Amino acid sequence: MAVIHDVMPAFELFQPASISDALTLLNRHGSNAWVMAGGLDSFDWLKDRIKRPSVVIDLSQVQALRGIKEQNGGLEIGAATTLTEVARHLVVRDKFRLLMEAAELVASPQIRHQGTIGGNVSQDTRCWYYRSGWTCYRAGGNICYADTPTAINREHAILDADRCVAVNPSDTAPALVALDAQMVIRSARGERIVNAEDYFIGPAVDITRMTVLAPGELLTAIRIPSTWAGAQFYFEKVRDRNVWDFPLLNVASAIKYSGQTIERIHLVINAAAARPLRLHAVEAAVVGKPRNEQTADLAGRIAVQGAQPLRHNGYKIPLMRNVVKRAIRGGGGGTWTS
Amino acid sequence: MEEKTMTADTPNRVSRRNFIKGVIASGAVVSSAGYLWRSSALFGQQPSAPGSVERLITLNVNGQDRRVDVLKQETLATTLRYKLGLTGTKLGCDRSECGACTVLVDDVPRYSCSVLTHTVRGKKIVTVEGLAAADGTLHPVQQGVIDEQGFQCAFCMSGFLMATVGYLKTNPNPTRAELAHGISGNLCRCQDYDKILTAMMRGAENLRKA
Repeated sequence: MAVIHDVMPAFELFQPASISDALTLLNRHGSNAWVMAGGLDSFDWLKDRIKRPSVVIDLSQVQALRGIKEQNGGLEIGAATTLTEVARHLVVRDKFRLLMEAAELVASPQIRHQGTIGGNVSQDTRCWYYRSGWTCYRAGGNICYADTPTAINREHAILDADRCVAVNPSDTAPALVALDAQMVIRSARGERIVNAEDYFIGPAVDITRMTVLAPGELLTAIRIPSTWAGAQFYFEKVRDRNVWDFPLLNVASAIKYSGQTIERIHLVINAAAARPLRLHAVEAAVVGKPRNEQTADLAGRIAVQGAQPLRHNGYKIPLMRNVVKRAIRGGGGGTWTS
Repeated sequence: MEEKTMTADTPNRVSRRNFIKGVIASGAVVSSAGYLWRSSALFGQQPSAPGSVERLITLNVNGQDRRVDVLKQETLATTLRYKLGLTGTKLGCDRSECGACTVLVDDVPRYSCSVLTHTVRGKKIVTVEGLAAADGTLHPVQQGVIDEQGFQCAFCMSGFLMATVGYLKTNPNPTRAELAHGISGNLCRCQDYDKILTAMMRGAENLRKA
């Protein structure tokens, strides 16, 4: 794909100062409007001329979308809070370290300074056939170019594929699902709250969307309940380079123990399917068991049941087995903090 | 528009760089602007909607307020290089993937290729041209580069300088590993990372002594 070194095609820019103004603009311009937060996902689409919105609604001036508040022992994070702000927040570090580790592993420092948590969870897939403008299922066509005998599909899905084999590339999404977060969504019709696990959708539900966000809706905040505060957390992201790259797989776990045995656990894997997957079968199998090699082994084996590799991503199956094992066993890699 | 050049290597002749800057400053490109940057289809019928945007804005760059006409879809890198003549900011990938265009926005390193200029109105922008003192004394981190001869081709240098200066504001006394992580959003095609890190560590040391 040619990289075009000039400015983007023209669009009309609106910079509302409040959520209600933003919703008014969204309503007025309907499907012509492109919502931009940090802009890092948006600019690829716009510069490559793959998406050509006539109106861009920039959320950078909406103060109400920024900042982190403590709420009922948990947190409410404004959707336009940057990943750096999330990773450096003292309560996030103290009680919800899982989210700190996930946010800290996104892309590069400059991108974390600008990219928002709302944008990170709502970003589109990285499947390059789709992002290069091929008219695949996800783009409204009737073929998947990544699932043909000659396709290059090393990064694609091993679970829950349905025609489209693209994966969700977010690092904070699995952490938020593990933490039982809730997404606050506003539209002209009012507010609705969606559990993080239900916020993300696969191709079987809607092949052209990654989340339940409908046109005219805005993700305004993410609430993290106190449920998992101070639990044992594990986050691991596997990627080719230690900076910039999206995950080949990532895993997030939150575990509460009763003595030596696992009392409650949430275990989530991402970049294995079009949405972050909570591994319910693994969770059910390890509850009541001690945290040891045997339990980890069992978890790894159950996790990959039903996995279906494409031509170039068979490695993801042993990789998933191993990251799930480590997520149960804990320990291991250090985390960088900035 | 008087630009401070750090290397006055062609004092008596017009260098290519200064010629281009002069053209930009004198507005000689205005006639071609219509071809290069098409104006928005909606321009001229600007509705009085909430959040509508004026094109003529004031940007605070390197401590100076600069009036500039900015298109809605214009990135900060474009404004700095092609409207304000600040060509020390480099464009490498134009996709947030290399770091050459790094500038400080309110002391925070950002990829100027991936910032809409209209989103940084009212913020303090610092480019590599703004690091040295008014009398030409180099910034301590710039001096560190000279002390250690840190770069080969140096196309990535201004980005590395801005990323380092920004990182040192949050952690003035980093270990080598911390600094490597802090400026990991910048690539060097010459693979000169070891010497760059040495130079930036020296720069951090210079800055603490300054």
